[in-house]
Formats: sequence, structure tokens, C-alpha cells
Amino acid sequence: MTVQIKTIDLEPKRNTFAHVARRLGADKPASRYQEATLDVQATENFHYKPLWEPEYWHYDTRKTAVVMADWYKPLDPRQFYYSTYNIARANMNQAAEKNFAFVDERGLLTKASAQAQAAIRRGLLPVRHLHWGSNMNMAEMTQRGYGTAVTAPCIFSAGDHLGMAQIVSRIGLALDGQTGTCLAAAKQGWMSNPAWQGVRKLIEDTLVQRDWFELFTAQVLGVNEVVLKLVYGALEQAFPESGLSLAMLTGFMSDWAADETRWSDAVLKSVAAESEANKRLVSGWAEQWIARAVTAAEPLSAGLLGDHGAAARAAGEAARGHGRKLGLAL
Amino acid sequence: MTQLASITLMHNDAARPIIDAVMADNPDVRVLNMPGAVKLDCEGRLRVNRASVEERMGRAWSPQEIQLVLVSMAGNLEEDDDQFTLSWRK
Repeated sequence: MTVQIKTIDLEPKRNTFAHVARRLGADKPASRYQEATLDVQATENFHYKPLWEPEYWHYDTRKTAVVMADWYKPLDPRQFYYSTYNIARANMNQAAEKNFAFVDERGLLTKASAQAQAAIRRGLLPVRHLHWGSNMNMAEMTQRGYGTAVTAPCIFSAGDHLGMAQIVSRIGLALDGQTGTCLAAAKQGWMSNPAWQGVRKLIEDTLVQRDWFELFTAQVLGVNEVVLKLVYGALEQAFPESGLSLAMLTGFMSDWAADETRWSDAVLKSVAAESEANKRLVSGWAEQWIARAVTAAEPLSAGLLGDHGAAARAAGEAARGHGRKLGLAL
Repeated sequence: MTQLASITLMHNDAARPIIDAVMADNPDVRVLNMPGAVKLDCEGRLRVNRASVEERMGRAWSPQEIQLVLVSMAGNLEEDDDQFTLSWRK
């Protein structure tokens, strides 16, 4: 007797959810990112108007002046959903942990002169408050924005800013023997040191911004491209004695910036390309917020590098060039 | 008759971007669906491009990673940082 082994290929009744299949144009297997993103946000049948803003519904396309026929067009090229985001960040964090252990083991930060350590306390630690403000901005865009394609990466970015604030705090704790006195002093610096007042005003002005896509433009082209780029790009120059160890400890920030820009560029590009009106609006916002960020960063750049704000202006020029590459009229 | 260059991949989320990339980059590919696996056949030559896979996957991808979802293959393998090509050399 011979036994024949046969396999049967069972066709699944459906390959994905109906709402995803409508987006893909056919019932075919969808990626996790697509299933976790496309048309996930509720769009109708809300029961009550929000009392705090009765002119809008909970999710309302009118909360920004830019108009998109479809808010699921600006997709995330990194295809982040909960698990891919966490895996990517866990890997980055592991590298950061190793660098902290390395710097701690060799006492690289505390070996520097008292003067050099004081410069770090004054010139770097207050940036954790800027990250905290950015965290609130990204969370605000998550709650006022429209469509999971944009709002999900916004909350990931909010988490990133919180993480970066923690990395900066840990540099402070490494300097003050884990007591936290450094951080209290950095808060005072953030509130009263003239070098930081421009940046503080900038982030506080963005906190009260109601148009969420203007806020997006201000955050990614103003705060990220000008101020954060300036701060993390100037480390070696601003703190010559501990520049290398600081560059190691903030390696997360440069990896993050490259990653975040991939996403924020795709969003800006797709929104500006939607219509002439969008392009005009976003270009206007970019122009205004890059200029404000440069004015804000000038005293900081002067304080860090003693360059009368030249590095801030150069960062502004680079941000404008970056915006032009995305199709903005700058 | 030309011999078939062929690759069999697991049919799962990790392999789907690779399968899609092969189907896009090799116009004459024949697709054979089996339970849990997909066999892709090409006359003479079958190529997997890193750039096409990365575009679909949304992250950096090395052609070596194909081993994680590879079931079987037929043809002489030529592999570098940018591609993974199967063909029959005369």
C-alpha cells in the first residue's frame, strides 16, 4: 500500500478587515501597520458635543486651517505601530544604557574640571524642560489632530521627548552624585538664566497654539530643526572637556532626530502637496516659526558658543533649506 | 529549455514585504501558494532588491535577513549588500 501525502491550500474567507480592504482596493493580506492605522479613529456617531469646545466634534477636521481630502494620506514611512515603535526604541535605549555604564565606570563626566561641569549644568541640563514642553505639544497634536495616520506617530514622538528629557536628567544625576540638586538648579536656570529665556518663551508660545497643524510645523521645523539641532550639534564645541562623553550620552538624540525627520518630512510634504492653499499656509507657518526659533536660540547660541548667535542663524538657514526641499515656499 | 530560478518563502508578516518586492521587481514571476509558504519561480533569474524590500518594510533591511523566512531555493546564489539573486550559470 502506498500512502500519498497531500496538502490542501485553504483559501481564507477574508484576508483583512473590510475597512482596510476598502483602502487597499482589494481583499489582500494587509500589514500590521495598515491594520493598526487605516481608518482606526472614529469619524461619526459621537454622542455628545464636547462641552469644553462646543463648536467642534471630538475629532474634527476643522481644528486646523489646512484641508486634506484624506487624512490617511500622510502615512508614516517607518510604519510604526505600538510594537514596532517599542522594539525600535528599546534597541536605541539599550545602546544609551551601555554608554551611560561606560561613562559612569570610567568617571568620564566627573573627571572634568569643576568649571567644565558647571558649564554642563548651565548649558545642557535646562534642555530637559524644552523636551517636556515638546512632549506636551506632541500630546496636544495627538488629541486635537485628525486621523490615526498622523496622531499615532505624534504620541510616539511625545514618548520620545519624555525619554530624552530623562536622558538629560540622568546626565545631571551623574554630575551631582544622584542627589538631584543639579536638576533643581537647572530649573532655576531655565526660569531665570537670560540664555534660556528666548527658548522658554518659544516653547511656551507653542503650548497655547490652537491650530494643531501650525503647532506641528512650529514643533518640527522650529523647535526640532533649529533649537534641538543647535543644542545637540554644539556639544563638542560648547563643552570641550566633556564633549565626547556628552556626544556619546546623547547618541539617542541624533538617532531619534534622523528617525523623527523621516516621518515629519513625509507628513509636511504630503500636506503641502495637497493644494496651493495648504502650501501657502504651511509655508507661512514655517517661515514665521523658524524665524521665531532663530530669535529664541540666538541668546542660547551666544551663551553656549560665544558666537553672538551665528550658530542659531545658521541652524535657521538650514531649517529653511530643509523646508524648501519639502516643497515649501521659504 | 531555461531552468527555473526559484525561491520559497514562509508566508507570514515578516516575509510579505519580500514577496511583494519580488513580485514587483520580477515581472515574469510565477507565484505558487502553498499552506504557509509561497514559491516564486522565474525563468532563468530571480532577484530580490534591498531597496524595494526596505520601501515596503519601512526600515533598513539587509539581504542576509532573508534567511529568517527562507524555506528553500533553486539556482546559483549571488548576494551582496544590495541584492540577492538566483540564476543558473552556464
